[in-house]
Amino acid sequence: MRKQQTFSIFTGILRRDLKLAVRAPSQWINPLLFFLIAVSLFPLGVGPEQNMLREIAPGVIWVAALLAAMLAQDSLFRADFEDGSLEQMLISSRPMSMIIMAKVLAHWLVTGLPLIVLSPVLSILMGLSLVGWWALLLTLLLGTPILSLLGAVGAALVVSVKRGGVLLSLLVLPLCIPVLIFATAVVQTAGVGLAIEGQVSLLGALLALSVTLSPIAIAGALRVTGGAA
Amino acid sequence: MSFELKSGELLQIDGANGSGKTTLLRTVCGLVPADEGNVYWCNRPIQQNRQGYFSQLAFVGHKHGIKDELTAAENLEIDQILAANPSSVSVREALGRLGIGECRHQLCRELSAGQRQRVALARLLVSIAHFWVLDEPLTALDQEAQRTVCDLVGQHIAAGGMVLLTSHQKLDWSGQAHRIIKLGNA
Amino acid sequence: MWTWAHKFGSPGYFYALAGKVNPWLTALYIALFATGLYLGLVVAPTDYQQGDSYRIIFVHVPSAWMSMFVYVVMAVFAAIGLIWRLKLTAVLAKASAPLGASFTFLALATGSIWGKPMWGTWWVWDARLTSELILLFLYLGFMALQAAMPDRQTAWRAGAILLLVGVVNIPIIHFSVDWWYTLHQPATITKLGAPSIHPSMLVPLLIMAVAFKVFYLSLLLSRARAEILHRERRTRWVQELARSGQL
Repeated sequence: MRKQQTFSIFTGILRRDLKLAVRAPSQWINPLLFFLIAVSLFPLGVGPEQNMLREIAPGVIWVAALLAAMLAQDSLFRADFEDGSLEQMLISSRPMSMIIMAKVLAHWLVTGLPLIVLSPVLSILMGLSLVGWWALLLTLLLGTPILSLLGAVGAALVVSVKRGGVLLSLLVLPLCIPVLIFATAVVQTAGVGLAIEGQVSLLGALLALSVTLSPIAIAGALRVTGGAA
Repeated sequence: MSFELKSGELLQIDGANGSGKTTLLRTVCGLVPADEGNVYWCNRPIQQNRQGYFSQLAFVGHKHGIKDELTAAENLEIDQILAANPSSVSVREALGRLGIGECRHQLCRELSAGQRQRVALARLLVSIAHFWVLDEPLTALDQEAQRTVCDLVGQHIAAGGMVLLTSHQKLDWSGQAHRIIKLGNA
Repeated sequence: MWTWAHKFGSPGYFYALAGKVNPWLTALYIALFATGLYLGLVVAPTDYQQGDSYRIIFVHVPSAWMSMFVYVVMAVFAAIGLIWRLKLTAVLAKASAPLGASFTFLALATGSIWGKPMWGTWWVWDARLTSELILLFLYLGFMALQAAMPDRQTAWRAGAILLLVGVVNIPIIHFSVDWWYTLHQPATITKLGAPSIHPSMLVPLLIMAVAFKVFYLSLLLSRARAEILHRERRTRWVQELARSGQL
């Protein structure tokens, strides 16, 4: 019975947030457009030479994904904070970690997953090979949830700060550097035809670590900042 | 200041704007830490007994906790999920008792201020919470709705519940005994 | 132990105690700096490869050590502050942040100056310099968060969580940056820190490291005292101090 209840809060919040995302789509479509535009600026900035583009593609795509994630993450708790829904979650006796995981998952489904769906287009734009695209897909699949979780920690910390979006990036971007390093290395290594299992497993370890530890930090941060009037 | 609330008691907090009514209520709900002192529930500080305390607490604050993009019914369903003990009152019945049954499938952004406040107050009916904390529950309501809410509060007290609320008005709580604390401008 | 912690944690007591200790600490770090710099700049022999330019390590290495050390100290304050709610931890951690950021900046600046004769350029994306740069960002992030929140208590508790998240991440960031460096820079640049260091260089280096620690402690106490006076300016003991002319 208890287990079922715990599950019901997870699915309930998940459905609520997805419903809200469908009804107010600009919040997740805009960061996605930003991602697309940011990547297409690079060929214009450095020139259309295919080999050079292919070389910088992993870095460019991942840096753009990082910035887009920061833009999107600001809205994760802010709307709930402003209309008082967050208060109701904080004074609920249901497990806070479940509420948080449901919210982060819903948010990833509308902000992280579309990046993965867009990845073939980006690979073509940046001249990546098929192998490179597969590697990119794999890193986005493992890496964007980490960005969502780290971003959620930042979003929880700055939720009561007016116009906290830039501050969120200041706090979280340095923490995202390991993801950037390992993910781009995977795509580069795959590009030259070497084995990528090692780096991929490092990314997987980072994901496991952030899934376990971030909810604690997010819940703690929300209890500190989310109650502010 | 210090006060105690027992089962079947109603405490009304009154005071000028800025005298700290809302802050007091938020402190009681454990949303903001007290500068000094503590809030106890069944003789234990609430921080040490979050689960037990929150499962008995229902709060309608200054910010209503209602999503504009959800319908009235969808909003209440979320309240049901968040409640530790959902009551046997259905969403439809709860909204009906507050007189907004007919707009349950309307998005909350289309509702008036008074209707939205009633959606928030309907939260009290969908969960079995012992302790109600209400911040200015009557401000945007018309005469009839005020009557309804006062009756609800009166019934809750009569059934052994506890209510802590802020209001400027002198109110008739269906003959239930109540105390009033006036906060001064500190 | 507990009563002692609370007595020590009370602002008035800490203010008085820090005021008594600080002159001694100041004398100590001046003596240590003088000895360390004399041994390092005058007595220690010239390096046969790098000439005299290597002598910047007597500032660079201690400040790099301090940059890490201060962050860990702040994280310890954060943990204590979150668990036991001692008010003093907020004062100490917030007073430490600009100091830690300055040490980090000093490590970066001296590293860059050292790099000019070594690499022929002011900046190289070397693993250690890159890690220091990221650490500087972490310090600045903490300070920005403190500045953005009007309520002091909320700001500190949020900052404490950020510090704990940061201290978990720092080893991961270090590891990833090292890994990244070895991936992109196949051994063309010889390793800087020689594996074995001659005692005539090691001794001044260690003295300088201790001098930096005492220097930090002394500055921390001064900054904490100033912060305490500001926070407690409406209390009776501060106003009495002011009236009796002891400020």
